[in-house]
Amino acid sequence: MSQEVKSIAETEEEIVEEFSLFDSWDEKYEYIIDMGKKLKPLDDVFKKDENKIKGCQSTVWMVSELQGDKVIYKAESDAVIVKGLVSMLIRVLSNHTPQEIIEAKLDFVDRIGMKQHLAQTRSNGLLSMVKQMKLDATVYLAQLSTKN
Amino acid sequence: MIETLEHTTFDVKEIRQQFPVLNRLVKGKPLVYFDNAATAQKPKVVIDALTEYYEKYNANIHRGIHSLAEEATAAYEATRDTVQQFINAQHREEIIFTRGVTESINLVAYTYGRTNLKSGDEIIISGMEHHSNIVPWQLIAEMTGAKLRVIPVDDNGELIMEEYYKLLSEKTKIVSIVHASNSLGTINPVKEIIDSAHKAGAVVLVDGAQSTVHLDIDVQELDCDFFAISSHKVYGPTGIGVLYGKKHLLEAMPPFMGGGEMIKDVSFEKTTWNDLPYKFEAGTPNIADTVALKAAIDFINSIGKIAARKHEDALLQYATEQLETVDAVRLIGRAKHKVSVASFVVEGVHPQDLGILLDNQGVAVRTGHHCTQPLMNRLGIPGTTRASFAMYNTKEEINVMIAALNKAIRLLK
Repeated sequence: MSQEVKSIAETEEEIVEEFSLFDSWDEKYEYIIDMGKKLKPLDDVFKKDENKIKGCQSTVWMVSELQGDKVIYKAESDAVIVKGLVSMLIRVLSNHTPQEIIEAKLDFVDRIGMKQHLAQTRSNGLLSMVKQMKLDATVYLAQLSTKN
Repeated sequence: MIETLEHTTFDVKEIRQQFPVLNRLVKGKPLVYFDNAATAQKPKVVIDALTEYYEKYNANIHRGIHSLAEEATAAYEATRDTVQQFINAQHREEIIFTRGVTESINLVAYTYGRTNLKSGDEIIISGMEHHSNIVPWQLIAEMTGAKLRVIPVDDNGELIMEEYYKLLSEKTKIVSIVHASNSLGTINPVKEIIDSAHKAGAVVLVDGAQSTVHLDIDVQELDCDFFAISSHKVYGPTGIGVLYGKKHLLEAMPPFMGGGEMIKDVSFEKTTWNDLPYKFEAGTPNIADTVALKAAIDFINSIGKIAARKHEDALLQYATEQLETVDAVRLIGRAKHKVSVASFVVEGVHPQDLGILLDNQGVAVRTGHHCTQPLMNRLGIPGTTRASFAMYNTKEEINVMIAALNKAIRLLK
């Protein structure tokens, strides 16, 4: 039986449901920390400056590649909460087409009460990560359209 | 009647009532504000001074002939007198209003530095400087061909003074040094640094961003050539600061910025500069915030710096003891003399994770490199978690932080 790939909106909804089980802030963070710890580490060869996403406090390294018409993201951070948030972004966006990624609203971050992590403060690399993910998707979209 | 400097009654509850923001909740919990080294909260008198200025006598100063302009000018200049007394400067015109410590340092670098430095000259700073006392000198060094030399820091977070004496030579023209470290709290022996720099023929700028709120500042006793102050770190408004400079030095320095106010006569052939302090205050100044800075200093004087310091030192000691009881906590900066800054790392935990989890418990601390990347590199850490205390903080708040810290570590490990 082939596994059906969920749409971006479906995965977002799924995450929102998971978080609805938690009553308190610490349970939410415990879950995020757990996801952070479980995120597959990025191979050290990718942890170079050109893959760094700028944030004042923590570092995120991210790489992406096009497999067929889908974008695959891999990322890691030196801070575990950021890693957990990164893990959710990958879960939502990875393995989708550039067009779907560009159009993704990503309002789940707000709905699970983590909006502050996408705030415009310089201590925050997550917003830059979302921008970089969409930028990469835009580049792949251009590549795909020239091929066709 | 005999006036004493030492105020015997220090009532922290009464002091807290004067700071409206301390009543608010953060994430549903009472705010514990331990980010005072970044900026202090404002007492009601400062907020009122701002409102009163705008409601009652907002006017452009110095040249206006009407009543509002006179009142605004009087209030603006009264702050200069208050600052003069606050740091015991000899002359009122030695007090220059700037936007803050960063501008004060840049002013000296771009005027004194640019006219007095030449290739081969040396500027000495230390390994614990804030970026604002590194970058302006790098820029000036590049322009003039001067070299930047750095006093190293030991493992306790103190300057290695023997190395400083070795660096000093006839090539040294400027020494620019932080009085108290924003990252570690270390109080540097600035008097010694100044005396030996003078013997070598150099001038000294003291970055007083962190020290002014905690320590008694007497620029004549220190004999520093320049002293930089930030208003918002002494319970005053943001956007205003002070540069103190010895009169003969300021007089010899060219202006920093050109514009209105700083001129005597302007013609297309030749423009002449206004007298001190106005030569360095081009354009319409930040009148409201300057006026409110006086309220902040009056407030500090009404409490007494000695009494406040005693309270803050007790908080630092208590916080240090309590932090040492927390598993995996390592204190960073163990200088003998410190202002009330407790910096630490938790082994295996990223400071940002800690900051996020403390914020969720209403505790505001700062995490990161605190704009002192060279110092963090020297100490071999990416950053710290920093709790910095003000006169309105309490031991109970430290207990809240310790409990929050333990909870955060439990969640992260």
